[in-house]
Amino acid sequence: MNEITNRDKNNFKWVGKNTQRPDGPDKVTGRARYGDDMIVPGMLHGKTLRSPHAHAKIISIDTSEAEALSGVKAVVTYKDIPDHPLLAPPYGPMITDFHDISRNIMARDKVFYDGHPVAAVAATSERIAKAALLLIRVEYEILPHVLDPFEAAGADAPILHDYQYTLGSDPKSSKPSNVFRVASSERGDLSKGFAEAEIIVEREFRSQPVHQGYIEPQALVATAAADGSVDLWTTTQGHFVIRGYCARLLNMDMSSIRVTASEIGGGFGGKNNLYSEPVAIRLSQKTGRPVRFVMTRSEVFRATGPASGTYSHLRIGAKKDGTIVAAEATIYNQAGAFKGSPVGRSVDTFFSAYSIKNAKATAYDVCVNRPKVAAYRAPGAPMAALGAELAINELAAKLAIDPIEIRLKNAVQDHEQSLSGVKFGRIGLNEVLVKAREHPHYSAALAENQGRGFALGYWMHGGGLSSVNANLLDDGTVTIATGNPDIGGSRSSMRVMAAEELGVDISLIKTIIADTASIGYSHLTAGSRTTFATGLAVINSVREIIDKLRQLAATKWDVPVENVAWEAGQAVCHHGDFQALSLKQLASLAPKVGGAIAGHSEINATGAGAAFSAHIVDVEVDKETGFTTPKRYTIIQDAGRAISPDYVEGQMQGAAVQGIGWALNEEYIYDHNGCLQNAGFLDYRMPVASDVPMIDTVIVEVPNPNHPYGVRGVGEPPLVPAPAAVANAVENAIGKRMGVLPLSPPKILQALK
Amino acid sequence: MKKYNITASVNGDELDYSCYADQTLLEVLRENLQMTGTKNGCGSGDCGACTVIVNKRPVNACLILGVELEGAIIETVEGLAEGSTLHPLQQKFLDHAALQCGICTPGFLTMSKALLERNPDPTETEVRYALAGNLCRCTGYDKIVRAVLDAAAEMRANAS
Ligand code: FES
Ligand code: FES
Repeated sequence: MNEITNRDKNNFKWVGKNTQRPDGPDKVTGRARYGDDMIVPGMLHGKTLRSPHAHAKIISIDTSEAEALSGVKAVVTYKDIPDHPLLAPPYGPMITDFHDISRNIMARDKVFYDGHPVAAVAATSERIAKAALLLIRVEYEILPHVLDPFEAAGADAPILHDYQYTLGSDPKSSKPSNVFRVASSERGDLSKGFAEAEIIVEREFRSQPVHQGYIEPQALVATAAADGSVDLWTTTQGHFVIRGYCARLLNMDMSSIRVTASEIGGGFGGKNNLYSEPVAIRLSQKTGRPVRFVMTRSEVFRATGPASGTYSHLRIGAKKDGTIVAAEATIYNQAGAFKGSPVGRSVDTFFSAYSIKNAKATAYDVCVNRPKVAAYRAPGAPMAALGAELAINELAAKLAIDPIEIRLKNAVQDHEQSLSGVKFGRIGLNEVLVKAREHPHYSAALAENQGRGFALGYWMHGGGLSSVNANLLDDGTVTIATGNPDIGGSRSSMRVMAAEELGVDISLIKTIIADTASIGYSHLTAGSRTTFATGLAVINSVREIIDKLRQLAATKWDVPVENVAWEAGQAVCHHGDFQALSLKQLASLAPKVGGAIAGHSEINATGAGAAFSAHIVDVEVDKETGFTTPKRYTIIQDAGRAISPDYVEGQMQGAAVQGIGWALNEEYIYDHNGCLQNAGFLDYRMPVASDVPMIDTVIVEVPNPNHPYGVRGVGEPPLVPAPAAVANAVENAIGKRMGVLPLSPPKILQALK
Repeated sequence: MKKYNITASVNGDELDYSCYADQTLLEVLRENLQMTGTKNGCGSGDCGACTVIVNKRPVNACLILGVELEGAIIETVEGLAEGSTLHPLQQKFLDHAALQCGICTPGFLTMSKALLERNPDPTETEVRYALAGNLCRCTGYDKIVRAVLDAAAEMRANAS
């Protein structure tokens, strides 16, 4: 059962209505073209040779036999990829170190994980390419490896990078370390706070790395032309980022690389990065032919993503009345082979939903012999929320206070500042908590062996660079081009906002994703930023068109433009007797008067809103088998404003099920050599339809004041509390602390012993 | 390596293709016939993105071989609509917003079609179990299950 609350009296024509997605018909008929659906005449097939070792020195690579195989057109190794110097501090929150990236896409002196690329071939068929891989001889010297972030941070751990010294550690590190940096935020007086506490809860938690699990594997076609320019077709969340990275990595001009984003078959943050793109460009340059790369599912698991696995420790102190007076959290985030786990976001997540005077959060960015982590829907947050939310629930239980009451008591308020310095504007946290408390699910009866979990999630959305071109055609229809791959229905929401502004029917508006040569820079479709930031650019562009149309009408009527208003899709003038001019009439007039009418906008959007998502979940645990079944799930979330409610619900529902997988099943299984044993969907088991119930949603709307329609962003907040809510439900079903994910049957049976 | 010449019916058209003995139907469809509507999410029978209907039974196209299909009747997502009229399942998937990225959609549609041919009036649980071999990472299945139940109701109404 899904409902939307708080909709105010605004009389929108399109915003907030469910309209059919424009990309839908192509997707249900099989016409949509994803990464792997591009067929280019004469294209070669690329394949990657990957390390079978978790950690090893490369002694030598001999490609001569492979090159001699009939049908093989080229082989590349690290020698074909330019080297780049190590990035020097200070580092921004997002680390883009081409030294690391060049080594991640193609190992140079060492391999750092099972699946690390070592060489690649291009051949006339996939079968020849595969055969060629078997003919490449690589000599390795195997080194000891480490997989666990907590162990890797220890003094005796094998060191991945002998040039890496810990940044921000106290005392300063004197030897190389797997810990790249320690991020921390602190306020108040922690020892004083804990001294005031009348009750203290202390717990530790572990979570396993989990894969984003997009169903479409990475796929691309690179075509290098004789003049040095490159056309790249790839499945990505940010084709402008791919262009920039490829140019930097290969020392090319950015303008010579044109990237087109294919239809994208899921990403969840996992397609923010590049993998085979530069390698494919090199192979295409060497052979003079287009080169296609498509990862197998096993390659996706071995070498892309995942989200960080973590170890965390928390201490929270409160007064008897439930006021939290002190809180401290430490988390070790596994970065994978190269630095750059989402430590800042972990620090920001722990306590940002609460007003706590004395608090400290610390996160370690730790390299281990696993694939480099990638963003996964609110990167760094669900693992931090796991600890904070379970600890707060335990505090509530010990004080005999309702979990929602304790949160209302400590909830952060409008205009407060978070521990890591985020200044909140108007937020919808109280509204979300009150709606959750009122929801019938929260007080429904539970059957035997069932437990109810509750958790709250916070996420601060992104803004950033977005570009939009809008063209009014002379028949009165409109094309809108954005630079953001559509991963969650943005073509639909852009169309809705444009139609609302123009006051015309949505069927007159066509939205596309332009390639990198055709529009200004647009940052990733990530951070739940697109409807907010790119939406702002759409609104600006369309308003520019409206201004030009008003000017046109003013000229025709010979009145000052200030006297011309835009109402319900037409220019009107209330200062005299003028027949309104419709969009269509003005559009046909434009070419005869001043030329084509277009609007464009290139912005760096600020003012994204924070959002909160509360989850109520019931599970049933089979005490014989330890198997957990989610029985009922409700999400209450502030969307700011739901432009397309169906898609907002879809985001919430999808995230809940990802959270169920994270909490109950999903994990990587490595053998004692550090090789991945479950690189497939059979053994890395994501939830299927029969594992989950319907996911009920309540969309709360507390508009973001910084957006004309109040948009906040919706994709990420609903994953943040999901693993915690499910784990909490299991705890309540079996009456034990369960802080080590996933809560697979063996762990539950063990706990029940 | 030897190639085999096969004739089969694909979405009602008689088609010839020649393939190697180890080529899967998925490869035949996508590469030889350039019918890319059927998707490859794993190539190992674990995701259902490649589901097609062969001789009225849903199968993972990545698990059967092209050479096995002499004379077979194959239905793929490209054959669901009649001209520009969508199949009720396709229409209901749109109406219920039962797709996001859409990569899983062809497989869900073909699997659901096979289900409704066998069982025109399934319960929610029956739909969930029938679709348990199809992975969707975007939707959480809620709207997919609703779309299939709604399409079933409409197809029953149209049939009576
Ligand atoms: S591609 Fe056939 S089941 Fe996944
Ligand atoms: S809609 Fe994306 S996997 Fe199903």
